[in-house]
Amino acid sequence: MNLHAGRIAPDIGALKRQAAELRGKAIAMSHASGSAHLGSCLSCLDIMTVAYWDVLRLDPANPTDPLRDRFILSKGHAAMALYATLATRGYFPEAELATYNKDNGRLAEHPPANLLPGVEAATGSLGHGLPIGIGMALSGRIQGQDYRVYALLSDGENNEGSVWEAAMFASAQKLEKLCVIVDYNKWQATARSNETLQLAPLRDKWEAFGWDAHEVDGHDVAELSEKMRNLPNGSGKPVALIAHTVKGKGVSFMEDDNNWHYRAPTAEEVVLARQELGLA
Amino acid sequence: MRNEFADELTKLGNEDPRLVMLSGDIGNRLFDKFRAAHPSRFINCGVAEQNMMGLAAGMAMSGLRPVTYTITPFVTTRCLEQIRTDACYHNVPVTVVSVGAGLAYAGLGPTHHACEDISFLRSIPNMTVICPGDAWEVRAALRAVMQQDGPAYIRMGKKGEPLIHPGVIPDFKIGRAITMREGTDVCLLSTGNILPEALHAAEDLAQHGVSAQVVSFHTVKPLDQDRLRESFARFPVVATIEEHSLIGGFGSAVAEWAIDNATLPSKRLIRIGTPDAFFKLSGEQEFARECLGLTGHQIADRIRQALR
Repeated sequence: MNLHAGRIAPDIGALKRQAAELRGKAIAMSHASGSAHLGSCLSCLDIMTVAYWDVLRLDPANPTDPLRDRFILSKGHAAMALYATLATRGYFPEAELATYNKDNGRLAEHPPANLLPGVEAATGSLGHGLPIGIGMALSGRIQGQDYRVYALLSDGENNEGSVWEAAMFASAQKLEKLCVIVDYNKWQATARSNETLQLAPLRDKWEAFGWDAHEVDGHDVAELSEKMRNLPNGSGKPVALIAHTVKGKGVSFMEDDNNWHYRAPTAEEVVLARQELGLA
Repeated sequence: MRNEFADELTKLGNEDPRLVMLSGDIGNRLFDKFRAAHPSRFINCGVAEQNMMGLAAGMAMSGLRPVTYTITPFVTTRCLEQIRTDACYHNVPVTVVSVGAGLAYAGLGPTHHACEDISFLRSIPNMTVICPGDAWEVRAALRAVMQQDGPAYIRMGKKGEPLIHPGVIPDFKIGRAITMREGTDVCLLSTGNILPEALHAAEDLAQHGVSAQVVSFHTVKPLDQDRLRESFARFPVVATIEEHSLIGGFGSAVAEWAIDNATLPSKRLIRIGTPDAFFKLSGEQEFARECLGLTGHQIADRIRQALR
């Protein structure tokens, strides 16, 4: 168990470098496999980095430790971000990233159940991760365990009714060790999220559902660290972080361009992207 | 069945600290004893079945044994994807218990009828499907699923059904059918809450000189293959009886098995169940059964025709 996480001050520079590296790995996977959803991966990788290198109490050598903190990637289409994170964090060999979306591999386009260490829940159908996380948080309470549960949702995922069933339930149950992070990159698969189903004002909605809701910069690792570490935060409520992000973050020609929901980078674009990320 | 379910659940809750009861805002007072004994392990999840099923899966992933409970269509169809993806794909011990199987809530109208749930749930990998024939089978089934590790579905009637078994069923086993009555001319395989009608049919047939065997086939998945093999070998006519659609239910499961095992050509299989239609008239279960040909004497008539 990583007992230091959350106790010593985060090394902001190191976290930023880590996030850039993970972006490079996700871009490589997308290029090698021709896979979609790269923009969604890049928007959430600062959050993932803070979770796995600063906040979560975890032990990659003992991935099913009953006392570990849980992190559920509810937006399962960002699987490349999760795989890059888990491999780099030591859950499985980094070389396995090359098998992403290849025949006979463990790294499918959405995270699998009971197959890959570190994957807490199979996701890919939206609106499932939060209820599962609630079950985990309730289990912790019932069994007298101290772990915390984090669920990362996409903004488009907030279209799902099950999210709001879960939101009302979690606040009624005062699940103060539960944290939702909404990767609010303002896009869903085919359109602006606010023009599809109106999310705004999103923080107000979560607050109205009984959560301690905050708006944060989803690319500010120091702010994310402070908010995500602070759980329970004394409010007696579950915590919702509305993380303002940019789809395709870190690569100028991908940022806020929703074509990168579906297209994969060419070899030349990979080189350019790596230069921008300082990885060249 | 539901009162005996609540009673057995309370006993099991006393024995197993992992058992958690999740209700979809029904069962007013039904679970008072369980709640009193285990307040932290009774949770009213409200009228939000998708969340209830997802959180049950999360609990099961974290070492608990959740039981989810509400009226049949809402604890099955309403949250079918959560059952499939969260509970069955992860293959975790969530027990889905439904009240109001088939036409048990006939009077509440088609929104509350449940004649498709067996079809939906038995097609999902890892799922066990149990349709108890009486309250003793409910108790035994609940106890049995708590001993296994995967997801399970228990489909109950409502309250006040006749008790068929004399008491505790000592050797109840998931996937092993129970002979309720011996016979030589025809074999009636009944699943679920229509078991009393199957027995009435056998009485009726006996009065007409036909000896009917009656089997409570409480588990639809996995099927008791040994029993099917034996039944098709011994009897010229085998009938399946269920309060469920003829499409995809118990009879379908038996027909699939018979075709796959090349058993059918020399034997006749009769499937008795509800038609491919919503039943829209008002009226209680007995009336609905009469309209749809599911009472004991109607079943007996069908069998006699088949034997001619």
